[in-house]
Amino acid sequence: MMEVTYLGIIIKAILILAIISAIAGFGTYIERKVLAFMQRRLGPMHVGPYGLLQIAADGIKLFTKEDFIPQNANKLMFMVAPVITAATAFIALSAVPVFPDFTIFGIFVPSIAADVNIGILFVLGMMAAGLYGPLLAGMSQANKWGIIGAARTAAQFISYEVVTGLSLLAPIMMVGSLSLIDFNHYNETHPWMVFMQPVAFVLFLIAGFAETNRTPFDLLENEAEIIAGYATEYSGMRWGMFFIGEYANMITVSVLASIIFLGGYTDLWFIPGWLAIILKIAFMFFLMLWVRASWPHVRPDQFMWLAWKVLMPLAVINVVITGIVIMV
Amino acid sequence: MIPFAFYLFAILITGLFLVTVMSKNVLYAMTSLAAGMVLISGLFFILGADFLGVVQLIVYVGAVMAVYAFAMMFFDVTRDVEERHDKPWLVFLLGGGIAVTLVVIFAAPIMGETVHALYPPVAGATNPQAVGLVLFTKYLLPFEVASVMLLVAMIAGIILAGKKMEISLSAMDEDMIADTKEHA
Repeated sequence: MMEVTYLGIIIKAILILAIISAIAGFGTYIERKVLAFMQRRLGPMHVGPYGLLQIAADGIKLFTKEDFIPQNANKLMFMVAPVITAATAFIALSAVPVFPDFTIFGIFVPSIAADVNIGILFVLGMMAAGLYGPLLAGMSQANKWGIIGAARTAAQFISYEVVTGLSLLAPIMMVGSLSLIDFNHYNETHPWMVFMQPVAFVLFLIAGFAETNRTPFDLLENEAEIIAGYATEYSGMRWGMFFIGEYANMITVSVLASIIFLGGYTDLWFIPGWLAIILKIAFMFFLMLWVRASWPHVRPDQFMWLAWKVLMPLAVINVVITGIVIMV
Repeated sequence: MIPFAFYLFAILITGLFLVTVMSKNVLYAMTSLAAGMVLISGLFFILGADFLGVVQLIVYVGAVMAVYAFAMMFFDVTRDVEERHDKPWLVFLLGGGIAVTLVVIFAAPIMGETVHALYPPVAGATNPQAVGLVLFTKYLLPFEVASVMLLVAMIAGIILAGKKMEISLSAMDEDMIADTKEHA
C-alpha cells in the first residue's frame, strides 16, 4: 500500500480550496432561501429554476464590478486585507478531518491535509489570526466607520477566543488529546460529547457564532450602526473574499462542532460515517441561518458583558467541575 | 526539503522584521511584525514542536499583536510617522551591541562540547504532554510564580480601568450624560 506523498497533500489542498469556495458560494444561495422561507417570502426566484443560477449571476456581478480603492487609503494594506481573511479561513480547514480514511486506486488516503497532533489548537490559532483581515481592512481605508469596525473586531475576537478556548478545554481534558482524530475515536466508544458536556457545547456554539461574525453577534458590520464596518469601502471581488472567508469559517466551526460534540464521522445506526458527518455539518450550518432569522443584534456593550461576565466564568466553572469529576 | 523550508522561512522572517524596524508607516510595521510571528511558528513546526508553534500563533499573533493593534488605532495610520533621531550613532551602537550579545549568548552552548539535555523528552509522550511534564515538575515554581504575577497584573488592570465602571453611558439619556460631565 502506498503512502501519501507531497503530491497527495497538494491535491488535497487544491480540493479543499475548490470545494469550500464552491460551498461558500452555494451557501449564500442557501442562506437567502432559508431566510426567505422563514420570513414567508420566496427569495431569489428569477435566475434559473428556483433561482438556482443566482450564484452565477452574483459571481458575474462581483467579478465585473469596479475594484474601488479610496484615495487616502493605504493601498497595499487595503488590497491585502481580504486575502488574509480568505487565506486564514482555508488554512484552518487544512487541519480538520472531515471524512473517514479511505482507499482509492490502492492508495491509502487519510482524509486530512495536515495531520498535526494538536489539530484543535491549530484550527483555533488560525481562526484567531483571521482577525487581521477585518482589522487591517478597517484601519487602512481612512474611513471612520471602518476604524470603528476594526476596533470592534479586535475587541470581539480577543474576548471570544477566550471563551472558545476555555469551553473546549473541558472536552480536551476528557479525551486527553488535542488531535481531532482522537476526538472522533473517543466518540466511537463513548456517548456523544454533547451529552456529557452540554454547557461546553452551548458555550462553544455562542463563541463560534461570535468568531464567525454571525447574527446576533455581527457587530463588525452592523448596517444599522456603522454602515458596513470594516467592509464599508470594499466592492467587487475584494468584498467577495471577505464573504468567502466568513462562510469558510462557518463551515470550520460546523465541522469542529460535529467532530468534537456530535460524534464526528463514526457510523450512526445504518448511516455510514461520511454521510452522517455531512448531515451534522449541514445541520450546524442550518442552525446558524435559523438563529439569524430568529434573533436581533445585540448591543456592543451587552456583547462584551456577555463574554466576560457570563460566558467566561461559566466556562471556568465547567472546567473546574470536569477536573473534579475526572479526579474522583 | 527541510533545509529549503528553513532558509525560506529565515529569509522571509528577517525581511519582514526589517520592514517592521525600517518602515515609517504604522500599518506596514504592525502587519509585517504579525506576519513574521506567523512565520516563526513555521520554524517551530519544522522542528517538530507543533505545540510551541501553535502557542506562538495563538499568543503572539492572536493576542499580543491584536493588543498592539488596539494601541495603533490612536494613530492616523494613513500618514507616515516622523521619528526623531537625535543621536543616530548611539542607537546604532546600542542596537548593534544588543544584537551581538544575543548572538554570542545563543551561540555559546553550540560551541561547547559537553552540552547535553538535562531533561530529555520522555519516550512516547506527545508534544503537549512533554511540555506539561517539564512544566509541572522541574519548572513548577517559576510557573506558579508567573501565574501569580499575571493575577496581580490582571487585578491591577481591572482597578485602573474600573473607575466609574458602574456608570454606563449607553444606559443614560442626554441630560444625565451632561450632568456627569459637569460633576467630573
